Order: sequence, then C-alpha cells, then structure tokens
Amino acid sequence: MTKTTRILMGATALCGMAAIAQAETLTIATVNNGDMIRMQELSSDFTEKHPDIELDWVTLEENVLRQRVTTDIATKGGQYDVMTIGTYEVPIWAKQNWLVPLDDLPEEYDAGDILPAIAGGLSVDGTLYAAPFYGESSMVMYRTDLMEEAGLEMPDAPTWDFIKEAAAAMTDKENEVYGICLRGKAGWGENMALLTAMSNSYGARWFDENWQPQFDSEAWKATLTDYLDLLNNYGPPGAANNGFNENLALFQQGKCGMWIDATVAASFVTGDDSTVADKVGFALAPDNGLGKRGNWLWAWSLGIPAGTDAEDAAKTFVAWATSKEYAELVAEKEGWANVPPGTRTSLYENQEYLDAAPFAQMTLDSINAADPNNPTVDPVPYTGVQFVAIPEFQGIATAVGQQFSAALAGQKSAEEALQAAQELTSQEMQAAGYGQ
Amino acid sequence: MARAVSTRRKIGFTIAAWAVGLAIFFPILWTILTSFKTEAEAISSPPSFLFFDWTLENYTTVQERSNYFRHFWNSVVISLGSTVLGLIIAIPAAWSMAFVPGKRTKDVLMWMLSTKMLPPVGVLIPIYLIFRDVGLLDTKTGLVIVLTLINLPIIVWMLYTYFKEIPGEILEAARMDGATLRDEIIHVLTPMAVPGIASTLLLNVILAWNEAFWTLNLTAAKAAPLTAFIASYSSPEGLFYAKLSAASTMAIAPILILGWFSQKQLVRGLTFGAVK
Amino acid sequence: MATQHSRSAARIMISPAVVLLLAWMIVPLALTIYFSLLRYNLLMPGTERFVGLLNYKLFFNNPAFFTALINTLLLVGGVLIITVVGGILLAILLDQPIWGQGIVRILVIAPFFVMPTVSALVWKNMFMNPVSGLFAEFSKAVGLAPFDFLSQAPLASIIGIVSWQWLPFATLILLTAIQSLDSEQMEAAEMDGASALSRFWYITLPHLSRAITVVILIQTIFLLSVFAEILVTTNGGPGNASTNLTYLVYARSLLNFDVGGGSAGGVVAIILANIVAIFLMRMIGKNLDA
Repeated sequence: MTKTTRILMGATALCGMAAIAQAETLTIATVNNGDMIRMQELSSDFTEKHPDIELDWVTLEENVLRQRVTTDIATKGGQYDVMTIGTYEVPIWAKQNWLVPLDDLPEEYDAGDILPAIAGGLSVDGTLYAAPFYGESSMVMYRTDLMEEAGLEMPDAPTWDFIKEAAAAMTDKENEVYGICLRGKAGWGENMALLTAMSNSYGARWFDENWQPQFDSEAWKATLTDYLDLLNNYGPPGAANNGFNENLALFQQGKCGMWIDATVAASFVTGDDSTVADKVGFALAPDNGLGKRGNWLWAWSLGIPAGTDAEDAAKTFVAWATSKEYAELVAEKEGWANVPPGTRTSLYENQEYLDAAPFAQMTLDSINAADPNNPTVDPVPYTGVQFVAIPEFQGIATAVGQQFSAALAGQKSAEEALQAAQELTSQEMQAAGYGQ
Repeated sequence: MARAVSTRRKIGFTIAAWAVGLAIFFPILWTILTSFKTEAEAISSPPSFLFFDWTLENYTTVQERSNYFRHFWNSVVISLGSTVLGLIIAIPAAWSMAFVPGKRTKDVLMWMLSTKMLPPVGVLIPIYLIFRDVGLLDTKTGLVIVLTLINLPIIVWMLYTYFKEIPGEILEAARMDGATLRDEIIHVLTPMAVPGIASTLLLNVILAWNEAFWTLNLTAAKAAPLTAFIASYSSPEGLFYAKLSAASTMAIAPILILGWFSQKQLVRGLTFGAVK
Repeated sequence: MATQHSRSAARIMISPAVVLLLAWMIVPLALTIYFSLLRYNLLMPGTERFVGLLNYKLFFNNPAFFTALINTLLLVGGVLIITVVGGILLAILLDQPIWGQGIVRILVIAPFFVMPTVSALVWKNMFMNPVSGLFAEFSKAVGLAPFDFLSQAPLASIIGIVSWQWLPFATLILLTAIQSLDSEQMEAAEMDGASALSRFWYITLPHLSRAITVVILIQTIFLLSVFAEILVTTNGGPGNASTNLTYLVYARSLLNFDVGGGSAGGVVAIILANIVAIFLMRMIGKNLDA
C-alpha cells in the first residue's frame, strides 16, 4: 500500500464519518394554517426517503411568523433554512438577492405545471424564487338555502349591485342572520386585502404612474361608501374586529348569508366543523362591469434564504413539499379534497380531485381572473392585486386599514377616513423618496 | 378582647369572598373547560358549561403537532437559569446596599429599576444584531442572559427590601465574634434571608416563564419555550379555540401548580418592604 | 459605622450588577440612538443614510403620536386605579374570617400566573366577542343587545383585561400589609365608637400607604410597556383608539420594518418613561424612606 493510497483512504474514511456525523438539520419556518400542519404531519414520508436530513419545525401564527422571518432574513440571522412566505415578500426579497433562485429544480418536478398566474407572482425576470405550496384567490361563498328563501339566484359572476340587493334580502337580524360578512379588522392582510381588491373592481388604484396616492379619487370614495353601507346595514355586530377567522366562525355557525373571502375557506365551510356544510354555493368575486373583478391572488410558498448552510437539502425538501407526489400522498392519506389547492394545472385536470372538491372550478377561475402584473383599470407603476409590492406597503396599508376600520366602527366618516389615508400615505411616500 | 365573630357575619363574608374569587378565576376555569370540547362546541351558542361530550382530542392533537416536552424543558431551563443567575449577581449587590448604604444607594436602586422601562420593541433590532454576531440566537444561554438582565432590577430590589429588615445588631455581634465578611454572609445572613430569597426566586420564575417578547423573538426551533408553543395555536385560518385552550392549559398548568403550592412562600416575600 | 474595608467590599459586590445593567442599558440605547438618526429600512439594505432628526420630526408629526401618548397615560392610570381600589377592597374582604380562605386566595391570585397572550386571546374570543362571546350570550339571555366591547370601547376593554391580570398582584401585597396591621389599635378605635368607614380612613388607609406606593411603582414599570394584550385584541384600533406608545413603536419598527423611525420612537418612549420614573421615584423615595 503506498503512502498516497493510505492518505486517500484515510481522507475518504474521514469524509464518510463526517457525512454520518452531520446528518443535516433543516429548520423550517411555517404558518400554522391547516395545510402546513398537514405537511408537518406527513413529513415522515420525507425523512424516510432522506434519512440524512432531519427536520426542525417552527410553526407560528401568520403575523408573528412574518415578523420573525423578515427580521431574520434582513439581518442575515441565519436561523432558518426554509421559510414560508407569500407573494408579497417574494418579489421584494428576490430583488435584494435574499432568496436562492429555484431555476435548477429536477426535471420530474415539472415547474411548467405551476399555474401561470401563481408562477408569475413568485418570479422575478422569469426566474422562480419560491415554490408555491398552496394558492388562493377570493370569491363569494353564499348560503344556497337563504338565497332561495330570498327569491334570488346567484349568478356565477355577480355584480356589486346584486350583492347589495341580496345582502338586503337575506338579512334577518332577529334570527342573527346577517346578509354579508366581510373583513373589518385593520391590517394590510386583513381589511386592506379585501378593500384593495374591491377597489380594483371600482376602478380605483393606490397610486398613479407618478406614485401619487389616489385616496382622493371618486372611485375610492365609492368603494369605501359601499363597503361601509354593506357592513353597517347588513353586517354582523363587531365587524370592525372581524378578520378571516372570525368571519369563518360566523359563517360556520350559519350567521352569514354571503361571505367574500379566500378560496381556501371553501373546504372549511363545507367541512366537518360547519353547520351549513351542505348549503354553500360559490361564485366569482363581484365586479362593476369595468373589466376587473374584486378578487385577490395569494400563494403561500416555500423559499430558501441565501446563505443557508444546507442549500441542497433545503431544495430537496422544497421540491418534495410542492411536488405532484406530495399531492398524491395527501390524497392517499386524507382524501383528494384536502390536497393543497391552487398551484398546479395538473390538479385541475384530475377528475378525482374535481369530483371530491365542488369548489375546484370556481377556485381555478378566480385565480385565473387575477392578474398581479395588471391589477387595475387605470395603469399603475406597481404589481400586486391586493397589495403594492413595495417594502413600504405593509406599514402604510396597516395605517390606512386602521383609518378604514375606525370608519367602520363609526368613529369617522368615510370622507374623513379617506382624507386621513391620503395624508398619511403622501407623507410616508414622500419620506421614502417616491415620486420625486 | 376576645370578640366572637358572629356566624351570620362570617357566612356573609364567606359568600362574598367566594363569589369574587370564583368570578376572578372564571376565565381560567372556562379555558380549561373549553379545552375538553370539540371545536364546534367551543363556539356553540348557547354555550354549554358542563354538559358536553368531554373529549381529550385536543390534547392528543396538540401533543402530536408540537413537541410539548421540548418547549416545556426549555421554559424550565430558561426561567430557572435566569433566576438563579440573577440571584447570584443580585445577592451581593443587595447585601451591600442594605448593610453598607452610601449616599447614592437609593439613586442606584432607582436607576436600576428605571432600566426596566426600556421598551423592548424599540431595541429588538440592535439586540438581534448583537446576538447574531456572538452566535446567541436560538440558544438557551442567550435567553438566560436576556431574562437575567431584564429581571435583575426586580430581584435586587426585592432582596434589598428584605435584607434591610434584618436587624444590623446581629451582624455586629457576629463581627465581634471574629466572623469574616464571608462567614457573615454564609452563616448569619443567608439563613435569615432564605424566605426572602425563596419568594424572590418564585416571583422571578413566574415572570420569566411568562415573558413573551424576547423569548419569541430570539428563538427559532431549538430554544423556543412555551410562549412560542402558544404562538402556534392562535391561527388566522380555521377554528382554534378548543386547541388553543388545550395548549394554554398545558402552558400555564406547570406555573399555576407551582404558584399554588408555594403561594405562602410567595406572599411572605412579595412585600417589597411595604410592611413595616 | 461601616469601615473603609467593608465599603470597598460593598463596592465590589455591587459592581457586577451595576456593570451588567449599565451595559444592558447603554449598548442597545447607543445603537438605538444611532439608528434613530438614519434612514434605515430593514427591507432595503444598502440605502441607509444619515438624516439627522428627520425621524423624530416624522414621529412627532404623526397624529397617532399624541393619541398614543394619551392612551398610554389612560391605560396606566386606569389599570392603577382599578387594581389599587379593587385590591384594597379585596384585601379587606380576604382579611375577614371566612371559610376556605386558602382556596379563595388561590382563586384570586391565579390570573397572575397566566401568560398575557393567553389571557388576551381568552378574553377576546371567549368573552368579549359580540356574537359568540359569553358576555354577548349573557346580554341576549336577559334580552339586551350584545355590546361590542373591542370596537365601541377598545381602550376600556384592554384596561379591563390588564386589570384582571394585575389585580392579584395588588391584592397580595395589600393583603400582606393589612395582615400586619395592629389589631389592638383597631379594636380600641372600635371601642371608642369609630365607624367602620372612619376606622378604614384613619387607620387602615394610612397603614397601607407604603404598600400602595409599592404597587404603583412595580405595576407602572410593567404597564408602560403593555403590548401583547393590544396586539392580540385590537391591533391598536379601531383607528388609533387603543394604540399606546409601545404599540406605535412596534408598528413602526416591526410592521413597517422602518428601523430608523422605530428607533426614534423608541428613544422618545424611553425619555417619557424616564420622566414618569423620576416622578414616581420622588414619590416613592419619600414614602419608602420614612
């Protein structure tokens, strides 16, 4: 045995030992929504296939998670190897080179299968920066029995005028049935998601081409006035503190006639916990005949922070969690209706899925009806349907959302709220150096 | 004067006290009850108080979903560790303030307390950057350090007020007998100070256990205590009251039990020198 | 009679605590002051630049600032009044001869052991919710319209929740103080025909004054930075109706990720907290020296 071979053998042995000793650990930050919890439960399938990778989960409530991962990635804290982020974060983070591009996913992953609207929202200059785990738009969910009692019929693509008429007809406050439930809780992802999407269908926009705020426009005034009228006259008490969850609880208890919210709610309102599961119908989000509907587009996605020490393992995991095989795994264990929706074309061509999920077609149509690159009637300098993809948006929209929820609580008139929104947005945008 | 308390009066006070006590405790009781309901029952109207199908489903779900014992253990280590470390630093400081008071002692004490007024949200980013650079993010050591510093002023103050009530003559007598400073602390002072130290320890374990800002923001997976465990059950999507109640019950039960068993100890030292 | 020797020993013993706290205060404070002079958004690295006092100007010009300041004072003041008055009454009640005193005391102190996040979630969802909360169920049962606590009276509701958490603490300290009251003095007064009210006013209350100042001091420290309760229940709204300074700073630095603006707010909050502190220290110092 020559000296060289001995050294080589020794080195190989060392490498081998190192590989065994360092079973890689991935720290995965995720939201505590139902689909992610399921992923966590099913992850033993992944660890069986990849015994050299260990998974550590950090499951947090959405707002806490967002704050945690943003702080960590912006300060390069390096605590996470996989992060669950949305369509708002991806383009902003990708531009800062904070995310590992996902342009080398394996052939069998079939990235071309991802719904174009979703892929568009997660790509910058044609490169995918996060893999969609599930996608959602918003739509109208309504009670078929109450609609019938009211002597009305919900069209597949209703107008806001019809929604007003139906809300009035369905409301029966004596019996705690409220014609319409909408988000009222302040927050850029709460009431402002709904209002921004709604305003698109009224022909309003956040900014003109020169980044001047547009809350002083007639279109915004019409949006807010209609929103307030709907909720004040036909909405549940306490609407100003209702977010997704509160409205879901109301709908499940049979207290809402209509509810315009995320498409993922469809599986909850028709699920086991719902008292009205067999009386729910679906329709596209309303419009005003201006060419844009009031529905949004969102995808919870898995991104890999640049600088992670386990990039390859992280990619392997991301590819597993967003693959077609994962969908089949869920279908096998929990049934097709529970497969994460809204990410892949192939899922909507799968007859088994279409049969199991009555809301599938409406979800797909809603997602396809949203166009983040061209969200409004008039041209705008930004992308994003229910958000504006600039870093300042979260803060500004949350402050604006507070003004609007104050209007809903009756502390301000619509005009006062819009004026305050206009002022604070101008101030923030100026401070941030836009439109100069 | 031995005054016999009239029974009627005692009944009246008993009823009033129990009514108030139960009213104050009710939210906790309700949380515990809700943790045994199904999600649908948890929001049902009218609510059912005791007559529902009792289920342990929520507890099994919670246990399956998150590693309760890891969080629990982290909470134990962090709250005990920070309290013990805090006591080690604070006992000498409080001792010297109580027995060798200088002109500035009171100012120093008040200044220490004022450091607690630093709003944590305002200094999160600087601390995060420092922790990143010294590799303390998501470590129990890091949290022990932060919580020690946060609670140190309270510890020093509680001990100071306690030590001050120990009569100085005893120390003088010991000194006359030729005791050194060290002997003084170990053999004379410490035994007398044990009740005060014990209740300081208890109060600080409680405060550290419930601290929810730093523990949530400086940890990820490895060092996350029960506060982070709770944060994963308040979901913006889907019903969660029953599961949240179960998780809450599991998170507060250890400290509640500790507090109840040691309430006599706790009360004795909770005076902050308020009792003369 | 402290010797030179014991003085220097004392200095050595006190120094670890002082040095550590000094470092804990100065390092973040210095960094915070430094950041507050920058335009520094976490989401836009590389764009940091010195802007002087601009962040402070923006913070003060924000109409929410004044509201938040008032709300902070209302919150601290409101909770202090409720817990001190409630604590005194409760302490007197618990001091009476009753059956099961130990158990009642356990029930009363229990809220102190509950994490703020948990108590806020429980109050918001299971009690104050205007549709399915217990209060709403109760009003419906007696034929009233449910009151929408968190929209109609957000700040008052939060004061209520926070008071529930701190009432046990106040009660415990005050109870200990009452129990140390000389009963002979009380009985003598009773023999002299003093009414219950005047006995309370002239004997009990003065005796409790030290305990009351302690309660006020300790609680103020914690109440100035109330945050989790607001985040969970109202997010500071509707409008800014329940935003306090801590929450305002949070919104700037961790919702907007505007570290510059958030730091400026943090510095302002620290200064205001210290003004309150000085005021308190004067009061306490006088009362505790006696």
